[in-house]
Amino acid sequence: MAYFQNMKKKTELLKDKKDILILAIESSCDETSVALVRNGREVVSNVISSQIDIHKEYGGVVPEIASRKHVEVINYIVDKALSEANINLNELDAVAVTYGPGLVGALLVGVAMAKGLAFGLKVPLIGVHHIEGHISSNYIHNPDLEPPFLCLVVSGGHTMLVCVEDYCKYRLMGQTLDDAAGEAFDKIARVIGLGYPGGPAIERYAKDGDPTKYDYPRVNIKGKPYDFSFSGLKTAVINHVHNMKQAGEKVNINDIAASFQQAVVDVLVEKSINCANELGIDKLAIAGGVSANSLLKDQMNSLAGQHGIKLYTPSIILSTDNAAMIGSAAYYRLLRGEISDLSLNAIPYLSLSSLN
Amino acid sequence: MWYNTDYNLSDKIYFLLFTNEVAAIVLISCNEKDTQNIGYYIGQRVKAGDIILLYGDLGSGKTVLTRGIAKGAGVESRVTSPTFIIMNQYPGNCPIFHFDLYRLSDSEELYDLDFEDYLYGDGIAIVEWPEKMAELLPKEYLKVTINKLEDDDNKRIIKISSYGEKYESYKEVFKGYESTCR
Repeated sequence: MAYFQNMKKKTELLKDKKDILILAIESSCDETSVALVRNGREVVSNVISSQIDIHKEYGGVVPEIASRKHVEVINYIVDKALSEANINLNELDAVAVTYGPGLVGALLVGVAMAKGLAFGLKVPLIGVHHIEGHISSNYIHNPDLEPPFLCLVVSGGHTMLVCVEDYCKYRLMGQTLDDAAGEAFDKIARVIGLGYPGGPAIERYAKDGDPTKYDYPRVNIKGKPYDFSFSGLKTAVINHVHNMKQAGEKVNINDIAASFQQAVVDVLVEKSINCANELGIDKLAIAGGVSANSLLKDQMNSLAGQHGIKLYTPSIILSTDNAAMIGSAAYYRLLRGEISDLSLNAIPYLSLSSLN
Repeated sequence: MWYNTDYNLSDKIYFLLFTNEVAAIVLISCNEKDTQNIGYYIGQRVKAGDIILLYGDLGSGKTVLTRGIAKGAGVESRVTSPTFIIMNQYPGNCPIFHFDLYRLSDSEELYDLDFEDYLYGDGIAIVEWPEKMAELLPKEYLKVTINKLEDDDNKRIIKISSYGEKYESYKEVFKGYESTCR
């Protein structure tokens, strides 16, 4: 109790501080990541477990989904983020952490670490929604981006359109009713024998294919113009491949990859632009792993241009799960005095409505 | 394959098959909506503490069936694919744990997820891709297998069978399903 009251006071004082340095932790799924972010937009360091050869440097293993593996490496990743930035623990102004949604065991590792650090260093603790982090990745890569804007969050686990009305103020416009777009990429890649991760593989094979060869379904949901559904598309492609094999036809992987990718991108682009137009918003951002897809970026950019909408995308490293985006989101929460108590807990199925 | 026997769709939709080890109920689903209805029917009849293992290829409708089961068990929010996140939890008449083990490389990772605590917990555990469970396969469970029909992309054969005494009575419980197939 005393901690929280003191931190409330401290947060008020921080608002007048010139530079605010936040240590952020993200461990919601496969990656353990720790970053140091200054003033919400400047990344001082951003260490992601899969990006470094932990086995070589540390003798441990790269975390997969396992919380135990997050435990094994998190101290090392915190140290590395600090040493890369040449920053001392007592220079930190606040500690931020993803508290959901995600795998509960994985989240807990980050949350426990962040609480320990915040309490020990006597600095404010900020719990951040994972999706808010993805959206905020665009603040880092695009220094001129300010709300309001529309954001398409599209990754292996999420597909949604969020209207960012102001910093920390969000309106969910639509989301996937079944599979995420990135998940569809991974599964179709597996079906046509391209391996994991599916996104880059599909994109590579699609380059030599005909995107108009097969007319795969683009799903629109009655009465919910901005919701997505990729499960039917997945099944249609699987059936198509299966039927071709049954009939003894030659399966052209390039054409299937290209036609499938085109179907996904068409839906993502059309719904995003329609939504921006309806809201009368002239700024559109893409976040999440699928934002690395060139066809999506190119097609979105060209249609956005025709409608007088400016497109923003994060760098590839910021599009994947990383802690810098959490540090950026946390900065704007801190400025609003929205900090967490030490009772902060991991919430695996945290909904987007809890963002506001 | 035993399920390629002749059946008359306009007739009673379910029938019982007795194999050596278990009795199975076989239902025909005509489309996605029907698969969800079958799930709903199952969901209304299963109880806290039950384990349902879902077998079937990519795109066969496991998540659709789960959506129905969850709805039948009192879940109000929409069930989406848990592939990326491995498990989703929903509040219903009891907690519903929806697992998708597709992304796992081996059963070792399940220990780190406290998988058994959910499996033998106070809710209904629904597991997609249970092939990945290996030695963690429970002794007693309800097995649901979804197979596509060779000649129709939309139809599915859904086979429900029980493993272990605990689920023996479900054979009778599931018998009364009236198909919405037209």
